[in-house]
Amino acid sequence: MSILINSDTKVICQGITGSVGEFHTKGCLEYGTKMVGGVTPGKGGQTIEGLPVFDTCGEAVAATGANATMIFVPPPFAADAILEAIDAGIEVVIAITEGIPAMDMVRVNERVQASNSVLVGPNCPGVISAEECKIGIMPGYIHQKGKVGIMSRSGTLTYEAVWQTSNLGLGQTTCVGLGGDPIVGTSFIDCLKLFEADDETEAILMIGEIGGTAEEEAAAYAAEYVTKPVAAFIAGRTAPPGKRMGHAGAIISGGKGTAAEKMAAMEAAGIEVAQSPADMGAAMKRAIEKATSA
Amino acid sequence: MKIHEFQGKQLFAKFGVTVLDNQVVTNTNQAAEAFEQLGCPVAVVKAQIHAGGRGKGTFIENPDQHGVQLVKSAKEAMEVAEQMLGNHLVTIQTGPEGKRVNQVLIEAGCDIARELYLGIVLDRAAAMPVLMCSQEGGVEIEKVAHETPEKIFKEHFDPAQGIESFQVRKLCKQLGITGKSVRAADKFMKALCRMFVELDCSLMEINPLVVTNEGDLVALDSKINFDENAMFRHSDIVGMRDLNEEEASEVKASDAGLSYVKLEGNIGCLVNGAGLAMSTMDIIKLHGGEPANFLDVGGGANEQQVTEAFRIILSDKHVKAVLVNIFGGIMKCSTIAEAIVAAAKSVGFEVPLVVRLEGTEVEKGRKILEDSDVQLITATDLSDAAKKVVATLSQPA
Repeated sequence: MSILINSDTKVICQGITGSVGEFHTKGCLEYGTKMVGGVTPGKGGQTIEGLPVFDTCGEAVAATGANATMIFVPPPFAADAILEAIDAGIEVVIAITEGIPAMDMVRVNERVQASNSVLVGPNCPGVISAEECKIGIMPGYIHQKGKVGIMSRSGTLTYEAVWQTSNLGLGQTTCVGLGGDPIVGTSFIDCLKLFEADDETEAILMIGEIGGTAEEEAAAYAAEYVTKPVAAFIAGRTAPPGKRMGHAGAIISGGKGTAAEKMAAMEAAGIEVAQSPADMGAAMKRAIEKATSA
Repeated sequence: MKIHEFQGKQLFAKFGVTVLDNQVVTNTNQAAEAFEQLGCPVAVVKAQIHAGGRGKGTFIENPDQHGVQLVKSAKEAMEVAEQMLGNHLVTIQTGPEGKRVNQVLIEAGCDIARELYLGIVLDRAAAMPVLMCSQEGGVEIEKVAHETPEKIFKEHFDPAQGIESFQVRKLCKQLGITGKSVRAADKFMKALCRMFVELDCSLMEINPLVVTNEGDLVALDSKINFDENAMFRHSDIVGMRDLNEEEASEVKASDAGLSYVKLEGNIGCLVNGAGLAMSTMDIIKLHGGEPANFLDVGGGANEQQVTEAFRIILSDKHVKAVLVNIFGGIMKCSTIAEAIVAAAKSVGFEVPLVVRLEGTEVEKGRKILEDSDVQLITATDLSDAAKKVVATLSQPA
């Protein structure tokens, strides 16, 4: 098992006729993902990478039975694309787009809450269930089927964590890029629940960064409800306050959201915290060993 | 994106939020004229810089002059403006070098019955905007939030609906606003919430918010930040950007589509991805070095952007070594390798360069570097890279 997506997941790409959408549709196909079509308003009837293009999500779902979507629509239109996917009843909506206005995401979030869909992102690398299904922009070959569930607010830092766990022979079940924006669909806590319930996932690696309080909330949740070993890393110990560090959500404001606070909350919750980004895989291994020897 | 106090007040006035009569001026004669035109016995001269703490801050050139001062005549307005304009104001937020004051606001005085605090931010956890008020106006709100959080009253609101009247009444009760001021507060707070949503603000603060002797509510200050991701639909606000207030190298980087933040150290970093870029800074520090910058070249950067990134990093004279850390996803390692070779030719490296490549097309990238005549140190992983770049600093050149 894995979480959110697996080898049966049928995926469409919204924004498939754009160069980025087409490039990554191809990448997902090569990984073995069941890509079944794409959506670009006004371009229905075309074919991209051998896949049919539709004008609307509704048509795409009716024709292909898609239950997941990967969104590459440009920021001004991305919120609308997410809402359209939800309206079409797509279960897993993965928004890769970076740069969506936060106020748009407030509006989207209300609608997601009232629906049966799960939104992952935006501003994320996507989701991958190792050797089963890749929906997103991550390099597939670094992943290896195994036992660690990974969730992260960052893209390339997740690849780093994946690479380290693969090299240590731990492998991954599913890796979820939560996204670097202030308001995202799926939270650390949502993922903790899914990983805890997933039989194949034996341990959980959490990668956070400065800004907000999502890591603190997740630490408190993990202490109470998660039985599997958890390790974590927080990026941005050296980030100055008041400066946005690349991600829209990575900012220490009013003295809140520092790496030190987050790491302290993690440690207090009994989570194995990696001090160095080179130590994420090793920290995961230590957490697993501690759990088995206890 | 930030704007000046006077610009914030112009926006307030447009949305029906009460502000006092004021004029922004850039020379002393204008300051005197502005005082005359306001036609009131007392006015306030306020230095316009993006940093907070202006009232307590002082000028490097005139240590007795604060950033905000009461004046009672046109002559006095002129003298104070003279002390401020062209000089550097140091506040708790500016750093020791201060910020040059290029314009001052001359604003009418008013009778103050009470000073309150009002702020609106996006509550990330609740995924909704929240209006926050406190009776502790005029003081540092972070301090209040830290020491006495029970003194801050909050109401979340739906962006489509704005704040409801009952919520305003609730806040008034908590703040001790009574009588006809409640109606003034209803208009004032509703207008602010509407403005926060319509203009895609990320933060709005009025500190102090004044209740006058007549019972009116007046915004005596304004601090507004905007969501940069939403600026594509607000060209008028983009026009308010003051490039003098921003670090020149950061402006240059953002024009090139790069995300760059200047820091105090001497090891330049070029990384793809914000999380990895922050972690690269962290690991340099962990191994005893000091990062000179945060730089994320992004997922789709091309050779030109990478060359520009090197230029920006190397334009910082403190930089004594550069660490390139790339984990290729969308970004191909071969692109970075070609860019390094091109940059070495066009920019020229006079400091040691440590390169760590991993991910998409890594073999091709490594080959490009090997085949070139660029002097560099290769690293196998993150720790190795950090150790090697820190070690270059301790070696004799």
